[in-house]
Amino acid sequence: MWPDERVVKFVNENFIPARVHVKDDAAAFQKYGEQYNAHWTPTVLELDPNGEEFYRVEGFLPADDFLAQLMLGRAHMDFKQGKWAEAQKRFSEIVEKLPKSDGAAEALYWAGVSRYKATNDASALKATAKAFTQRYLDSSWAKKASIWA
Amino acid sequence: MGINFRHDVDTVLKEAKKQTKPVLLDFSAAPM
Repeated sequence: MWPDERVVKFVNENFIPARVHVKDDAAAFQKYGEQYNAHWTPTVLELDPNGEEFYRVEGFLPADDFLAQLMLGRAHMDFKQGKWAEAQKRFSEIVEKLPKSDGAAEALYWAGVSRYKATNDASALKATAKAFTQRYLDSSWAKKASIWA
Repeated sequence: MGINFRHDVDTVLKEAKKQTKPVLLDFSAAPM
């Protein structure tokens, strides 16, 4: 996961990275593990600037899927802050750059929602439902989007 | 190029607030 250059670039551009190690930082691992309810490794948390968790990735993932999860988390942060255009851009970037990752279908769904929130134009949702008829047909996100068709 | 993980989490959290920048906190068991 971590040696991947795309992961390194994304983390360095978007976060202040910190690590607690289960053995080498045992006291810190226990302290922050309790604080953030993280009791397994690897667990990666994305925290907002106030230290509140907004996304977590638990367990190992191959680089493409891991990067997609990190990007999803960052996009969800923009979404929760009402930064619709930024969120749409970030979600769409996942679909474009990592279309085969596990997170791509979720990203397609939320890109559509973000566009709708930005424009209040229901055609954004209809277009998203249509897009799901072409790809990610077996995903739960396709089912969720089907209501907009 | 790599990721320069910090281990002073309290300080990182304070800096994040000051810089309004998100934090990535990795709970790891990987060899260091």
